[in-house]
Amino acid sequence: MDDSGNTPRKAAKPAMSIEKAQKARRRFLQSVGLTAGVVGLSLLGYVPVTQAGTPRLRPPGALDERDFLASCIKCGQCVQVCPVQAIHLADLSDGFGVGVPYIAAREQACDFSCDAVQCILACPTGALTYKKPAFMALRPGMPLAAAPILKAKEHDAEPTLNLKERIGVARLARPESCLAVQGKGFKGQARGAGFKGEMRYMDVDRWKPIPVRDHPYDLELCDLCVRECPLKGAIELQPVKGADGIARMTPVVLEPCVGCGVCEMICPAEPAAIVVEAQAAWKEA
Amino acid sequence: MSRFADLFMGMLGAAPKKPEAVSPAVQRIMILKYEDKDRYIKEKLHARAHHEVSHKWRNRRWAVLVAVNLLFLLSFWLDIQLLEGALTASRFAGFHLIDLNSALQVMLAHKHIIVNLFIGTFTVFLLWVLLGGRTFCSWVCPYHLVSELTEKLHLKLVEKKIVTDHEFHRGTRTVFWVLFGLLAFGTGYTVFETLSPTGILSRALIYGPGLALGWVFLLLLFEVFWSRRAWCRYICPIGLTYGVVGSISPLQVSYHVEHCFHEGDCRKVCLVPHVLDVTVKGRATDETMGLGPDCTRCGLCIDVCPTDALRFEVKGLSRLL
Repeated sequence: MDDSGNTPRKAAKPAMSIEKAQKARRRFLQSVGLTAGVVGLSLLGYVPVTQAGTPRLRPPGALDERDFLASCIKCGQCVQVCPVQAIHLADLSDGFGVGVPYIAAREQACDFSCDAVQCILACPTGALTYKKPAFMALRPGMPLAAAPILKAKEHDAEPTLNLKERIGVARLARPESCLAVQGKGFKGQARGAGFKGEMRYMDVDRWKPIPVRDHPYDLELCDLCVRECPLKGAIELQPVKGADGIARMTPVVLEPCVGCGVCEMICPAEPAAIVVEAQAAWKEA
Repeated sequence: MSRFADLFMGMLGAAPKKPEAVSPAVQRIMILKYEDKDRYIKEKLHARAHHEVSHKWRNRRWAVLVAVNLLFLLSFWLDIQLLEGALTASRFAGFHLIDLNSALQVMLAHKHIIVNLFIGTFTVFLLWVLLGGRTFCSWVCPYHLVSELTEKLHLKLVEKKIVTDHEFHRGTRTVFWVLFGLLAFGTGYTVFETLSPTGILSRALIYGPGLALGWVFLLLLFEVFWSRRAWCRYICPIGLTYGVVGSISPLQVSYHVEHCFHEGDCRKVCLVPHVLDVTVKGRATDETMGLGPDCTRCGLCIDVCPTDALRFEVKGLSRLL
């Protein structure tokens, strides 16, 4: 056996050796081809990363996108601890982001029904972290002014979540379709009978989230995004003058918003009037 | 060079070397073996005739492989929480376990190591030092199993001369190991994880199938129609990472030249036949020889050997007992 990839230049040797050398040469070239092919394919993973239109909403405590993709070990332990299964792992269409967790808020938002950002606790590599290492830059508008207070824990000894940064910010993207802005109420299942999303309702069971469809509403003025926001002081209804000149109410997102996406999930308008801008920073209006 | 270094270089891709000196004991064994040709042939045929084809180790191994992967699946599905996560990283009863190659990629890409990552990686390092390094490949990796099954199809097609097997240079895997390391370090992305069929299959099994399975399917097609076990043999850096760990492992398959008829059945079933180079007539230098770090300890050679010349062994233990 000759593994050295000799070229057939050693003409002095007998014919057998030339054949062997040619075989080795062919194998060498095929090996180079294999290497180039596989590395080339792996680099295709760049395309979805650089071409990504809208950024993914990552679980709470996620590092900035680049660091997040680098540090995530793609194990899904965060997926496993989430009581409402808000976290999913991205597919190969996400390129280098394959196996990296994200939240599709409209389908199932993070409602903090675990009370303690369990996904961060589960992460073995620090891709989800309570506190960023000092050498990592903080993007302006990402750090929260104060530890967020969880409405569900408001009367507990420790009402806050151990969360230093937001994962996005909610925005009233389609005010024209907002029921409150139209002065309308809401009656029935927030997202219809076929919606599979779950939420924890304190008046039902603190420790067991139930399907949103099992918790119908009857509201004179729709305030679902404000009512169901899990955080204290992150969103409120404020008076506004409607298009027709009549005084109305509109949801206004405030600084404590961490971008969990519950407002987007619960919004009965289709498509949602209020959405979470993933990875977006808080900006004073 | 020492035998350890030779075996290590062999794992990186170097061709096996013919020995320079054979121990007197082995010389004696070889003389006795071939002294009487008729007797030798008779013994050989006798051994063949009485060899009951066994799948003992293969069946045990498949059972372990399926059990481990099932444990991942059931821990999540039935919420047993015994083995949470996937093969890249998990918790067993709360203890962090982190795949060595995945850890390496993350460390190189992220350039920051938190305590849990270190603990999990070190635990798994110790585990596989004890259990034999590449034992991970054949006893745990789900891609190994599907590849092992489709290999049968490849061999059938080769036998019928429908396809020919294309061998690559074994050093290609070493090149991949270095390249994927450099890519992780340079780009800041865990580039290899994008293609790793181990991670993809493990996640697909636990969290549900997706597009990524298409890539695994293409790989299998490549192995069936172009090159036997190409991913495990020539590409997978996970195998090399665990191979390095296994180079200091006491658990190995050992070769006993005295019982061997040098027929080469073992080399035909082996994923890494270069480790069995020692079974070629005249290559063994000592009475008992370990197969080296690239061996996945799959046991196929042990099952196929009609004369018990290959055995599992824990180095030092046989001397103690």
